[in-house]
Amino acid sequence: MKARSMGKAGIKRNRKRITVARLERFASAIVRGVIIFGICFVILYPIYLKLSVSLMDEKDLYDATVKYVPKHFTLGNYRKVLEGLEYGKSLLYTAVLSAGVSVLQVVSCMLTAYSFARFRFPGRNLLFGCVIFSLIVPPQIVMLPMFMKFRFFDIFSIFKAVTGSTVNLIDTPWPMLIQAVTCTGFKNGLYIYMLRQFCKGLPKELEEAAFMDGCGKLRTFVQIMVPSTVPMMVTVFLFGFVWQWTDSFYTGMFMPKAALFSNKLSALATVLHKQYAAMGGDMNFVSPGFASQMNNTGSLLVILPLIVLYLVCQKHFVEGIGRSGIVG
Amino acid sequence: MGLFHKVNGKRKLTLRGKEAVAGYVFAIPFLVGFFGLFLPMLIKSIQFSFSNMTVEQGGYVLTKAANNGLEHYIRALSIDPEFNLNLLGSVKDMAVNVPLIIIFSFFAANLLNMKFRGRGVARSIFFLPVILTSGIVLGIESSDLLQATLGPEGMLSADDANTVFNVAGFLLNYTNLPSGIIMYLSQAVLGIYDIVISSGVQILIFLAGLQGISPSLYEASNMEGATAWENFWKITFPMISPLILVNAIYTIIDSFTSANNELMQEIKNTIFSDVKYGYGSAMAWIYFVVITIIICIVGGIIGKRVFYMD
Repeated sequence: MKARSMGKAGIKRNRKRITVARLERFASAIVRGVIIFGICFVILYPIYLKLSVSLMDEKDLYDATVKYVPKHFTLGNYRKVLEGLEYGKSLLYTAVLSAGVSVLQVVSCMLTAYSFARFRFPGRNLLFGCVIFSLIVPPQIVMLPMFMKFRFFDIFSIFKAVTGSTVNLIDTPWPMLIQAVTCTGFKNGLYIYMLRQFCKGLPKELEEAAFMDGCGKLRTFVQIMVPSTVPMMVTVFLFGFVWQWTDSFYTGMFMPKAALFSNKLSALATVLHKQYAAMGGDMNFVSPGFASQMNNTGSLLVILPLIVLYLVCQKHFVEGIGRSGIVG
Repeated sequence: MGLFHKVNGKRKLTLRGKEAVAGYVFAIPFLVGFFGLFLPMLIKSIQFSFSNMTVEQGGYVLTKAANNGLEHYIRALSIDPEFNLNLLGSVKDMAVNVPLIIIFSFFAANLLNMKFRGRGVARSIFFLPVILTSGIVLGIESSDLLQATLGPEGMLSADDANTVFNVAGFLLNYTNLPSGIIMYLSQAVLGIYDIVISSGVQILIFLAGLQGISPSLYEASNMEGATAWENFWKITFPMISPLILVNAIYTIIDSFTSANNELMQEIKNTIFSDVKYGYGSAMAWIYFVVITIIICIVGGIIGKRVFYMD
């Protein structure tokens, strides 16, 4: 009798414990959900705001009763901005340049990273210190010599000897391509670091097996190392692509006149204003509302392709980071 | 173990030597870039900062600046009214924001590492700032008047700021927390957007680290009856500590070199709009020295406490 009741109590307590655990899990899920939702809201809110401003007529901006939802719905802003950005042309140029630069960056950084990850050679640690050093130096410090270098470009005075003067590479894509090939582009030290950590985490056995089978170093690299590093390479490619796409620092310096998004976007409101003034409009100055609408619509259109690309590559992206094992 | 050995009187590469050569060959892109482009430019930039430059057809001429070439440095530090203020301002911003960004991104990475429905979507959204804070997009946003009033900063205006300060006042009156901490936290709440938006890469790095921790550690400690709290402080935190160092340094560099930084804009304007090459380079170098000192201090402090598995 006694034993039975104790058993019952035990079962009861057991059941109770389960419900408490369940409650706990439920509560923590709710707290987590609220926090995540809040952060997502903070991130997405400005995008929504851009979207709603871009769909408004200018008079909605000055109307206190209009806030998040446009009253006079219009696509006029988009039409103006598509024209002002020369969207098709800029999209093509920017995409080609970004793709070219980031692919070159991935290749050159991957080669270097492989060397640092797998080969032992004198001065390796010192050279890797140089990689980190090049990451720490702000690009603004070498901005001016960089500009000079490419303004009066020469390799061992060869061009000067042949043609009598140095080559002006400003307003050509060459400076960026050269930087990408030589790992001196934007944050390339970071890419080398990430790729090296990833390579270090891969098992050595495959390469050893390949070596036993008489596979050369280059072939090992191309046929074994590169395929297993793809997730991280996608990540690096995406970083490079995004940062090149929106880069205003190097673009403003090396190609200020090219039809690239960052150039077009920063001049957008002024350009459009000029066009309207020339057509005999009554705007004597760029009204802040108009400028803002153009800027918001413009930045939306500029980041739209990036977001699409990002969603397509997202799975690789997160996986690459997840498996990189940057620790160690 | 030498790199060479003698075969029939000829010097030949050992296996080790061949490996070394292959290593150098694979590193060629970086070696050329660093020693052929980067280092000479760094040296050039030091030269510029000590001289006056005039651009002529087909080249440029450097003449030594006054005061043994130190003119530009003296001017930046003791004559220019803006430079010191801006320098101090960016150091202050950094000191306020970096700890917050690191704590937030660590927290967010922990959240994203849990299993829950919609994790993929949440991750995508958390990494969006990598796109949103890059280059021109951020530049446009910060120069936008309307965004300043309607945008996330403006969103937290008047009423919300009041609420935050009321809460801060309440905490000041009824708890024993030091007032410095309360003011710091209330500032953090008001600046949440800035913090969230600049933590994209950091969250990624932390998340990578979290996923790199072997689950067997947790299994073992659970068997011993450790609570989640203990697990966090005794496993997660030490294992992730090398990445705290990496992230701290990355965040410092990021905040110093972002295009939004006033000092950076000043340097760029001095060089390209005012065409004062020497002066601009001198400013950049003073700035770099300050950054390096700060990074060394931070690296020293955190580096001592970091736990390495091997």
